[in-house]
Amino acid sequence: MTVTDYQKTAYVASQAADARISFDIEAEGMTLNIGPQHPATHGTLRIIVRLDGEQVIWADPVPGYMHRGYEKLCEVRDYAQVTTLINRIDWLGSFANEVPFILAAEQLMGIEAPPRAQYIRTILFEMARIANISLFLGDMGVQLGALTPVFFAFRDREHVLNLIESATGGRFHPNFDRIGGLKDDLPKGWIDECKQAMRRIRSFCDEMDDLLVGNAVFQQRTRGIGVIPRDIALEYGVSGPNARASGIDWDLRRDEDLPLAWKHCDWKVWTHPDGDSFARYWVRLQETREATRIIEQLCDGLPAGPIRAKVPARIRVPRGEVFVHTENPLGEMGYYVVSDGSPGGPFRCKIRTPSFSNISIVPWLLQGVYVPDVITILASLYFILGDIDR
Amino acid sequence: MTLPLAAHTFLGIRGAYWNVTALKVAAVLGIALGGAGAFVYLFLFKMMSHMQSRLGPMEAGPHGSMQLMAEVLKFLQKEDVFPERADRWVFAAAPAVVLMSTFMIYVVIPAGPRLVVANLDTGILFALAVSSLSVIGVLMAGWSSANKYSLIGGLRAAGQLIAYELPLVLAVVGVVMQAGSLSLQRIVYSQAHFKLFGVGGFGLFAIPQFVGLFLFLVAAQAELGQTPFDMPVAESEVVTGYMTEYTGLRFLIFFIGEFATGFALAGIGATLFLGGWYFPGYGLHWGNLAWARELVGLGVLVAKVMVIAFLIFWVRFTFPRFREDQLQAFAWKYLIPLSLVNILVTGVAKVAVHA
Repeated sequence: MTVTDYQKTAYVASQAADARISFDIEAEGMTLNIGPQHPATHGTLRIIVRLDGEQVIWADPVPGYMHRGYEKLCEVRDYAQVTTLINRIDWLGSFANEVPFILAAEQLMGIEAPPRAQYIRTILFEMARIANISLFLGDMGVQLGALTPVFFAFRDREHVLNLIESATGGRFHPNFDRIGGLKDDLPKGWIDECKQAMRRIRSFCDEMDDLLVGNAVFQQRTRGIGVIPRDIALEYGVSGPNARASGIDWDLRRDEDLPLAWKHCDWKVWTHPDGDSFARYWVRLQETREATRIIEQLCDGLPAGPIRAKVPARIRVPRGEVFVHTENPLGEMGYYVVSDGSPGGPFRCKIRTPSFSNISIVPWLLQGVYVPDVITILASLYFILGDIDR
Repeated sequence: MTLPLAAHTFLGIRGAYWNVTALKVAAVLGIALGGAGAFVYLFLFKMMSHMQSRLGPMEAGPHGSMQLMAEVLKFLQKEDVFPERADRWVFAAAPAVVLMSTFMIYVVIPAGPRLVVANLDTGILFALAVSSLSVIGVLMAGWSSANKYSLIGGLRAAGQLIAYELPLVLAVVGVVMQAGSLSLQRIVYSQAHFKLFGVGGFGLFAIPQFVGLFLFLVAAQAELGQTPFDMPVAESEVVTGYMTEYTGLRFLIFFIGEFATGFALAGIGATLFLGGWYFPGYGLHWGNLAWARELVGLGVLVAKVMVIAFLIFWVRFTFPRFREDQLQAFAWKYLIPLSLVNILVTGVAKVAVHA
């Protein structure tokens, strides 16, 4: 068969599957196709829900509408080019995607970045976290019908994006991390501006405290909605703030010994015992505050020195395999990199992204909830489509 | 048999029946469209933007004041799309039904001693009755669109409008008891003469009927489908509910209907609780200046409408939305018992004062 024939059969099969879903289930209730084009899925996630009245009796997420084949593409790019690709996985916290991959490559080559580079990496990593999570803090309001918080989020996120831009040259996709260190040093006056921006972010967090967390309607909509018990979260591999909101005290920034600067500052891992949507919001709010504190401490203790270790001009990663994972804004992100010692890129690169595991709990979580709560739960799980589909 | 003389005059203008009727229709259209436009520009465009630390439309006209014209022109140019499986006639008629119910509210709202289209003896009853007709249009739109989101939105809207009709009516009962009349014009006059513990000159019922005012504002918010009661058109869940499949002019009619109803309900609220076109010092007996008197009354009423609308929109831009069941529970468990207590207290107080 030719390519077009394959396409034709695939199309017919998918149409038949769609028709079958509608016919079989229509008899028992209503099937609602949320997505791939729907305002609540912020991207192209499709969720098929079967409804009895407004109650969900069965739900199935259908990812893959944005699959870009990054794992395969990594095999035909060299190490320097891969960072450009993986910037686009979690597009709101791009810099945080680069770090674990570069750390994996460094680990294979047996080099370590100098302390200054480690500090700056950590600062930018936490900035990516703020850029990512502050949008969530506003977006959760939009999903629940409050329009104002998201504008405040965009307003204050701008300060962080400006800082990332002035340091790296890219607002959303910095592509700044290099094997052995960083591309450039920080520009002059950056540290002062950074501290100012952190104060703004903290006042933004206080605003969110007033506007949403303290709001009776918000609490009514989120408390006890979409409860993930601790053991279920562990079984499904839920990670990051979602796991910490279920009372799992697990944070790779603290628990994993990485050549990054978190160990040099004083900060706290926030957990919440409830595991509901409110807990997930609350944990992320506290994490944003904690991130500003981490950045301020790192700015104060920034050591002098080179920003790049001695690395050969022509990078050749020796034979071997390694798995490095970090605590990204969305959860545990890991790269399993296999190198065959050839001068090109990785032989195989498996990307473990947090959102993919986090939405795997959706069918379990959505059973028996009402349609408005579907939106609350999806918003509070907080996934990025690029992070699900890569 | 001839029609009574009142049917042939409007604002002191005498004329043939159809001429006077055309004048009345023009007045209602002008007020309704102008009011809706003012709401959209002042509150939706500007107040919302400034509350969200942005400027809103700034390009079309000074401070974006012509933005509305541009929007209307845009909607008029759009294709009028019918979904393939839609029930065409019902689908086409639904926006008209909604808009009709809105326009009919304006008929009884007095904006001056004589500036009222029809001074019905049962004015407030009529207004509340016709305002609930819009639910038929909403259900028609939701059902005929052949879209699941529209259907869910339409059913939610119907449930909500019916649930909040009751607190709205019961909130008004307190005022009606105090005024002793269902006529909106008489309610305004009785507010003008209203005395609290022998002290007069307030010109409004909001002081004794503050519970009623609160209930009315909440119920009006729900009737209008504004956040926190915007579950029927919740964008993040059911796209835009019963309006999802509408485009162009028909969507515009729904949109105008929403804000024109807002203006009308705020007008009723201003008339019932804030004294309508009357304000302390208003010369009820200004001899020859009849036209000036009507115009001042209109201005006063619009100012009071803006106060009520400000409260409604302030809440709209601040709160997240209730869930469907929470919204129903709020109406049946809290608002309706509270309004019944309000009626009881008003009745006891009225008897005590008069006894």
